[in-house]
Amino acid sequence: MYKVYTQILEVRGETITVEAEGIGYREIAQIETSFGVSLAEVIKLEGKKVTLQIFAGSKGVSTKDKVRFLGHPLRIAFSQNLLGRIFDGKGNPLDKGPKLEDHLIDINTPPVNPVKRIIPKRMLRTGIPMIDLFNSLVISQKLPIFSLAGEPYNELLARIAIQAKVNIIILGGMGLKYDDYLFFKEKLEKEGTLSRSVFFVHTASEPPVECLLVPDISLAVAENFALEGKDVLVLLTDMTNFCDALKEISITMEQVPSNRGYPGDLYTQLARRYEKAVDFEGAGSITILSATTMPGDDITHPIPDNTGYITEGQLYLKGGVIEPFGSLSRLKQHVNDKTRKDHRTLMDTMIQLFAQYRQTLEKQAMGFQMTSWDKKLLKYGKLFEEKLMRLDVDISLEEALDLGWQILADCFLPQETGIRTSLIEEFWPKR
Amino acid sequence: MEKRIGFIRKILGNMIEVKVDFPIIQNEIGFVLSEKERLKAEVIKIQNDIVYMQVFEETGGLKINDGVEFSGQLLSVELGPGLLGQIFDGLQNPLPEVAKSCGFFLKRGIYKRALSIDTLWDFFPIVKEGEIVKAGYPVGYVNEYIFKHYIMVPFGLLGKFKVIWIAKEGKYNLETPIAKLENERNQIKEVFLKQDWPAKIPIRCYQERLKPKEPLITKMRLIDTLFPIAKGGTYCIPGPFGAGKTVLQQLISKHAQVDIVVIAACGERAGEAVEVLKTFPEIIDPKTNRPLSERTVIMVNTSAMPVSARESGVYTAVTVAEYYRQMGLDVLLLADSTSRWAQAMREMSGKLEEIPGEEAFPAYLESRIAAFYERGGIVRLYDGRIGSLTIGGTVSPAGGNFEEPVTQATLKVVGAFLGLSRERSDARRYPAIDPLISWSKYKGIIEEGARQDILKLLKEANNILQMMKVVGEEGILLSDFITYLKAEFFDSVYLQQNAFDPFDQATSNQRQIYIFNFIYEKIIKKDFNFKDKDNARYFFQVLIQLFKNLNSSAWQSSEFVEIENQIKEKLESIKNV
Repeated sequence: MYKVYTQILEVRGETITVEAEGIGYREIAQIETSFGVSLAEVIKLEGKKVTLQIFAGSKGVSTKDKVRFLGHPLRIAFSQNLLGRIFDGKGNPLDKGPKLEDHLIDINTPPVNPVKRIIPKRMLRTGIPMIDLFNSLVISQKLPIFSLAGEPYNELLARIAIQAKVNIIILGGMGLKYDDYLFFKEKLEKEGTLSRSVFFVHTASEPPVECLLVPDISLAVAENFALEGKDVLVLLTDMTNFCDALKEISITMEQVPSNRGYPGDLYTQLARRYEKAVDFEGAGSITILSATTMPGDDITHPIPDNTGYITEGQLYLKGGVIEPFGSLSRLKQHVNDKTRKDHRTLMDTMIQLFAQYRQTLEKQAMGFQMTSWDKKLLKYGKLFEEKLMRLDVDISLEEALDLGWQILADCFLPQETGIRTSLIEEFWPKR
Repeated sequence: MEKRIGFIRKILGNMIEVKVDFPIIQNEIGFVLSEKERLKAEVIKIQNDIVYMQVFEETGGLKINDGVEFSGQLLSVELGPGLLGQIFDGLQNPLPEVAKSCGFFLKRGIYKRALSIDTLWDFFPIVKEGEIVKAGYPVGYVNEYIFKHYIMVPFGLLGKFKVIWIAKEGKYNLETPIAKLENERNQIKEVFLKQDWPAKIPIRCYQERLKPKEPLITKMRLIDTLFPIAKGGTYCIPGPFGAGKTVLQQLISKHAQVDIVVIAACGERAGEAVEVLKTFPEIIDPKTNRPLSERTVIMVNTSAMPVSARESGVYTAVTVAEYYRQMGLDVLLLADSTSRWAQAMREMSGKLEEIPGEEAFPAYLESRIAAFYERGGIVRLYDGRIGSLTIGGTVSPAGGNFEEPVTQATLKVVGAFLGLSRERSDARRYPAIDPLISWSKYKGIIEEGARQDILKLLKEANNILQMMKVVGEEGILLSDFITYLKAEFFDSVYLQQNAFDPFDQATSNQRQIYIFNFIYEKIIKKDFNFKDKDNARYFFQVLIQLFKNLNSSAWQSSEFVEIENQIKEKLESIKNV
């Protein structure tokens, strides 16, 4: 039977403390307030005092309200019926479909045994040269998009989701603007991918703390699909809201903050979620793409900083394009040796020359005389930006490689590129 | 023995407070008795009748008044044959065994024996009955892959012992005694093929510690030539994310000239650990002609695994490394990343409500880091053999800023600092070790004068580059421009190394010395006369391409000689202009 308690001793921030016995750590409780029923999770036990974090926030909680302990950690119904459905951050339907209650799974699953993982080796093609050619995306990769708040990161996520060859797409929205939610819904509906998608959406109008559950629910569902052999792509947007909710709770709990108010375990909290990305030996996979908006475009801010240490690279979206510097796919070397043999060299050379182009731009801005080499670089940089960098470019990797050689040949002599002679002989476009 | 059981009275994350009414040892291991499981925990603080413990597992579902059974043992490591080639978690759970019984996930509360009890080892005795021995003396050995794995008198025995019985040559498992020892007080001790040792206490069974002198060849030109590491020394690799710390450590683990490598993947990505554990069995070590995995021990505690096990994993790894040093071997311990280990300490310190130091790290951070690196060193064993333990740790400073507590505490104790910079990695200059900020206190393979000249050249070139940013290329002298080009050339073809090229990825010390002297004598020290700057730039561009071809050819192959001749011709041609 459920245990019900009515003695709320303390309400502080988004947490309450009640006196209760026989309660398990991380157990879930329901709080019945005059505004409705809210879920809460046990985050501290001391003697008879039980401290809970209320996902709907503590506004309107009365000291007489009933706290009903459910005797288990948070769960979600898992089945094929999830596909095509839209839920809120706690797993309640937002569409007109029925509430799902069969086959409940814990949303906190243990970590994967590293020996049961396999080395990622399947490239996920996107048709975006800045990704396919320069920072190849790989199945089971975890990759955030670092950007300023106004950048089109949700558009980029949606485009990758639609073009990527995966079985299932799961969208975890945290603090999502209602417009963005509708954008994802319409876009995926239009492309016919909604029927193999599941949405868990927490919108900006709901209490911030409620978004804490979104990554766990999304990833628990993804994990179960992956165990059935499916390749799952999880989109998490925006993880900055998740981190801010963590900060709010930890400060209420009087934890000593480590950096700009964020808790010392921010790294661990993020890692627990991102590390769910996996390619199982003998089953499916989970690939995670997330959006992390950088407060003040500052990459050393604790959120992008901790994220960068966990994820396998990042895409840096700035000025509406994927920046070649600051963007990195750490797994690209697992796949870009199997595409075409000029892929790696061309990638390195083009980026090195582009770096020189940027230096030349600085020189030019300061009014220095342009040498003949500078002029070559300027021509190269312009072509690069126009033909490869723009986000609306949609070409295959092979087309992008050929285009790359063409751009080099239009601007430089072969020996100015520093490319090994054997490759020059094979790939340098003949006039 | 009577069971010692205490009861939980507070749970906060993975920290529990337990009420006891019996004596307790600091760092003692206990097991939380929940409904279905036994969860391992360690005593970290004792206050009157309250014991603070860190649980090495998720604590979800634990309740107030759950029992905790104390073992009377410290957190210890099983040492014996069978460690090599194994993959453990931070508590020395063999992960392949865990996978056999639990499948895809690491279910909590599952603990397996670290070493297989069933395996029989061929034992060869060394000592004879009647001989006097003490802790750390080898009494015999077994063959573990290509190594003589010495079976030693348990490290914890105090005083002298007489061998009163030693087993004959034959096959034994880990739990059969192979020797009996007796001391003056007639205490009798048995010796087994394996022994246990507390992870947090250094093994000190040797005559003396020596000064690290001999360079440890990593086959990375930037390290061996400019910032060498010594056998028995320590080094750190701090760098922002994406600068290539882990890739660098992995390259070092593959190519370093040592006998045994212990890898402690601590709080980092699982994918990186997977790469090591899946590829090492397939890579053949050129030195031994055996798979790399046969000389490697891997301790994996990825960032998703419980935090407190991360803290102990580093100690488990260093203990295993010390154990192999006791056999007179050269051991290299790679810890990636020590920042995650420090963060684990911070999390626990916060839960203990200790007064925080800088950036909320505990006040004892520095002493813990120092004590860890001090476990490295080169030692003379009792029988005169030399063993070394080199420790290399990566540091992941928040925001890539080296002014933070973990980097600073590490810099105080290590002998070499290989600082990675975002600038270099953004420009795809790998390894991204920044020669302008790095240093080493050890002696390397290159003559010191030449090494200093190169460091000076790199600094000078950087000054010229800064000046060019202000006054433009036309604003500086041709001679300064040539200095700048020389440094750029040296950087491109010598400091940078292509990790994906089969020949360029590892350069032997002979090849390094040869190429370095060639470049130093024939290019760096030489005065060139060029018509103008464009002319000079073009010359060096061609030279860079030739040297890149040279770098990806086999040492002293016909291809190598041919390219070398082309380079010499090119250098001659400029003389004749």
